[in-house]
Amino acid sequence: MRFGIVLFPGSNCEMDCQYVLKEVFSEEVDMLWHKEQRISGYDAIVLPGGFSYGDYLRTGAIARFSPIMKAVEEFADAGGLVLGICNGFQILCEAGLLPGALMRNWSLHFICKYIYIRVENERTAFTNACSPGQALHVPINHNEGCYYADQETLRDLNERGQVLFRYCGPGGEVSEGYNPNGSTENIAGIMNRAGNVMGMMPHPERACEMLLGSEDGRRIFSSVIRRWKGKD
Amino acid sequence: MPREPEVTVALAQEHGLTEEEFERIKAILGRSPNFTELGIFAVMWSEHCSYKSSKVHLKRLPTKGKAILQGPGENAGVVDVGDGLAVVFKIESHNHPSYIEPYQGAATGVGGIIRDIFTMGARPIASLNSLRFGPLKEPKNRYLLSGVVSGISGYGNAVGVPTVGGEVFFSETYRGNPLVNVFSLGIAPRDKIFLGRAAGLNNPVIYVGSKTGRDGIHGVTMASEEFGSGGEERRPTVQVGDPFTEKVLIEACLELMATDYLVGIQDMGGAGLTCSSCEMASRGGVGIEIDLAKIPRREEGMIPYELMLSESQERMLLVARAGTEGKVLEIFKKWDLDAAIVGKVTEDGFLRVKEGRRVVAKIPAKSLAEEAPVYDRPMKEPAYVRELQEMDLETLPIPFDMEEIVLCLLRSPNIARKSMVWEQYDHMLFLNTVVLPGSDAAVLRLKGTNRGIALSLDGNGRYCYLDPRMGGMIAVAEAARNVVCSGGRPLAITNCLNFGNPEHPDIMWQFAEVVEGMAEACRLFEVPVTGGNVSFYNETSGRAIFPTPCIGMVGLLEDISHHRVQWFQQEGDLIFLLGESQEELGGSEFLKVAHALEGGRPPQLDLCREKAVQNACLDAIRKGILKSAHDCSDGGLAVALAEACMTHPERNWGIEVELKDDMRTDALLFGESQSRIVVSLPEARIEHLMEIACQFGVKATLLGRVKGDRFRIKGWSFSLDMDPKKMRQAYEQAIPSYFR
Amino acid sequence: MLSVKVMVTLKSGVLDPQGKTVRNALESLGFKGLADLRIGKIMDIKMDGVSPAEARLQVEEMCRKLLANPVIEDYRYEIQEA
Repeated sequence: MRFGIVLFPGSNCEMDCQYVLKEVFSEEVDMLWHKEQRISGYDAIVLPGGFSYGDYLRTGAIARFSPIMKAVEEFADAGGLVLGICNGFQILCEAGLLPGALMRNWSLHFICKYIYIRVENERTAFTNACSPGQALHVPINHNEGCYYADQETLRDLNERGQVLFRYCGPGGEVSEGYNPNGSTENIAGIMNRAGNVMGMMPHPERACEMLLGSEDGRRIFSSVIRRWKGKD
Repeated sequence: MPREPEVTVALAQEHGLTEEEFERIKAILGRSPNFTELGIFAVMWSEHCSYKSSKVHLKRLPTKGKAILQGPGENAGVVDVGDGLAVVFKIESHNHPSYIEPYQGAATGVGGIIRDIFTMGARPIASLNSLRFGPLKEPKNRYLLSGVVSGISGYGNAVGVPTVGGEVFFSETYRGNPLVNVFSLGIAPRDKIFLGRAAGLNNPVIYVGSKTGRDGIHGVTMASEEFGSGGEERRPTVQVGDPFTEKVLIEACLELMATDYLVGIQDMGGAGLTCSSCEMASRGGVGIEIDLAKIPRREEGMIPYELMLSESQERMLLVARAGTEGKVLEIFKKWDLDAAIVGKVTEDGFLRVKEGRRVVAKIPAKSLAEEAPVYDRPMKEPAYVRELQEMDLETLPIPFDMEEIVLCLLRSPNIARKSMVWEQYDHMLFLNTVVLPGSDAAVLRLKGTNRGIALSLDGNGRYCYLDPRMGGMIAVAEAARNVVCSGGRPLAITNCLNFGNPEHPDIMWQFAEVVEGMAEACRLFEVPVTGGNVSFYNETSGRAIFPTPCIGMVGLLEDISHHRVQWFQQEGDLIFLLGESQEELGGSEFLKVAHALEGGRPPQLDLCREKAVQNACLDAIRKGILKSAHDCSDGGLAVALAEACMTHPERNWGIEVELKDDMRTDALLFGESQSRIVVSLPEARIEHLMEIACQFGVKATLLGRVKGDRFRIKGWSFSLDMDPKKMRQAYEQAIPSYFR
Repeated sequence: MLSVKVMVTLKSGVLDPQGKTVRNALESLGFKGLADLRIGKIMDIKMDGVSPAEARLQVEEMCRKLLANPVIEDYRYEIQEA
């Protein structure tokens, strides 16, 4: 499987995504410079975490106009798999490829810590390697992780199973006490209506080796690989 | 063009130069300097840039060793870590700007130290920081802490370098003079290190990065003065950092460094263009000619003085091989960075500054970078030292309620959990952090190898106030001990020395003594100094801070699986103490918290015993005997045991411990005797531990066991029986409670 | 030369924790009667060589495309001779 990781000025998690896909999953990976106008020969595109354009104006607001984003949109329209992690999620929302917006954490502080997310829908390209309602131990790392969508959008997301993850406790309990940033309905990750574009605030690539604290992040990448191989 | 002021002795003195220094400048030039030249000399001969008061003492620090590839004198130190890799690291202070504008002061401090790392060709992979403020109960200090932490977080996270550890302390002594010491470390192939030196006649000198404005003019001279009461009006001199530009600069420079176009490169930090150009010329034994008309500017009407002294951030100066200019500029263009050819290398050893065709400054580069005056300032042991050391601690009443004291210590901001701080830093980027913040040292793996590095920042101002020489020794010992407890062998250090006004003999005495103590410890541990920073003039209205060295220790793990954390791992494991407790209350956190006293002698360090204890611990870790290791420091043995029970990320431990020592209970529980490590191991390995202890001549005492859900310590005349959940709550809520 | 002032504010109904924090701070400094406080952004733009009508069209598009996020923000602007 061939992954393309988009590199914007200010991205910083692209090397980590590449490392995990190559070393842990032995997949082919290329970096795609944000000024490229074409994407071809890729099975999945990753928009990694970081601070594209310093998060200036609004996080992801400027990156969404990078030349490569047109190609990413076309790739998504044609059914290609797109994973947006953290800043990637923010860029996908600004670009309109995912609904809603990411705002400043309620605490007004940056948060880097390990939390739990519950798998809300395990029948997707991104979660088919998870069991229903499974609690994944993964880290968050953000200043603008508070997911917001209006009532109508939320209803749609819920009815169509587009909510992938919600912040929860170690046993899978979703409650306000486990919401680290004020996200509506504890939403930590969603996908589009067609089910091929996803965005999540936590960093699965940081939880792929026990040496670093958790392997739960692997399941997201495994799911994508399984879906591509037709084995999910 | 505004008319430049006439250069007089008075103007020189306003710039921080003495009359004698002014005469010296005239002798070097053979004439009076013009305004621009005066500014250049003043900044290069300031304390911050020239180390004129500290050089004679810093010479005593050992700087050589087998693994040392680059010692002091360059932008950062370089140490060989095997497998063809080198680590590049340094620590710097940004104290005065952080008092004036905490967010930007701290942010630009982070930016500056990171530039010192990647200018050597190393990708920065970790930062740490040591912060000190006045008491948290005062609103101003909470404001400073919040601002500084936000600044480090805002800049460090956005620039893409994880902040993996550090320390935070609070004391009246830092009221008005907070300390912000920032450390950074990068990785490079050992044979691809870049130096800050110019070479090759007519090679182009290229400027890259942010446009030059009027930021920070006189920033460096500000660091060389005390604060009077006019601190509030100094706002305009603080620079604003742009982490996005710095991130782009890192990527562009590393891309450039993968080619062979580059001859030398240096960042423009303190004293901006002046410092980078004259230092590169001086180190290369050549001259540099700069044409100010080519410098990218963001303000109008800037005069040569301003262009040379501006401390606008995120700028680099480099020398490229003649003929490669085009390719160099192309790389910067790809990353949308401003870059321009601004000069060339010459042979005459002068820093020649032109504006178009007019020469506006001409100074021998060496006179600026290497021939600043060196002072051996008078030193005098102050009277307070003897008085405080002789404070009678023996007649102090032993507290009745030891459990209450334990809780008070756990709540003391100097001991309480600092997760409120480190959770604002990205500490996981790059997938290297094997031991996260919250343990004795940060441990990072070195990808592509089986090894790892351990990093710790340590320094106790109180000990150094009471006995500077002993304090200096302990600072190095403690940093080494923290690294050892995490499984690393101490390799080398960088240091930041924070002191008061060196023109006062008592401060100069403190400095000399601390450096002497550090030198002794570095020699015995065979841990050379690769460079560092001196921050003087940390005084307000004549009152100086406690002499505060901050040691940045780098250690090596031959096998990353040797990493250890400070908390217990398993029910049933035995708890041992390596080392010996003495009856020593002097300089302890307990003395301050329970009796509001800072006196007595600091705990006495026996360097040989310390080394033996560290070697025994490291050996036991490497042989897989120890499950955890935690050194005794602030709060003594009781706090070390409490921390080992309470800092496991997912649970609490209980312990059943018996202490057989015959001494005052408070000294036994809370005294800060050195060279002690609390370790845990499975029962089956006791004999192995005892063998190692015997081999190294180290005392190993069985304290008890990890067991149950109560924190129990029994002694001759006391018995503690506490609830670890309650202890953890006190420990974790203490600092957040100040902010509600 | 035209002087353009663009004001971007959070849509009503969207929570503004920064605004709330600042309001609390003002209240603890003794200011009274603060019914609400919301924080927005101002962009000062100088435009040259365009007529006011052209400027209006451009600014409108700049706001829609980049300067404001229509999911959570509203915008308004003023155009004057500099």
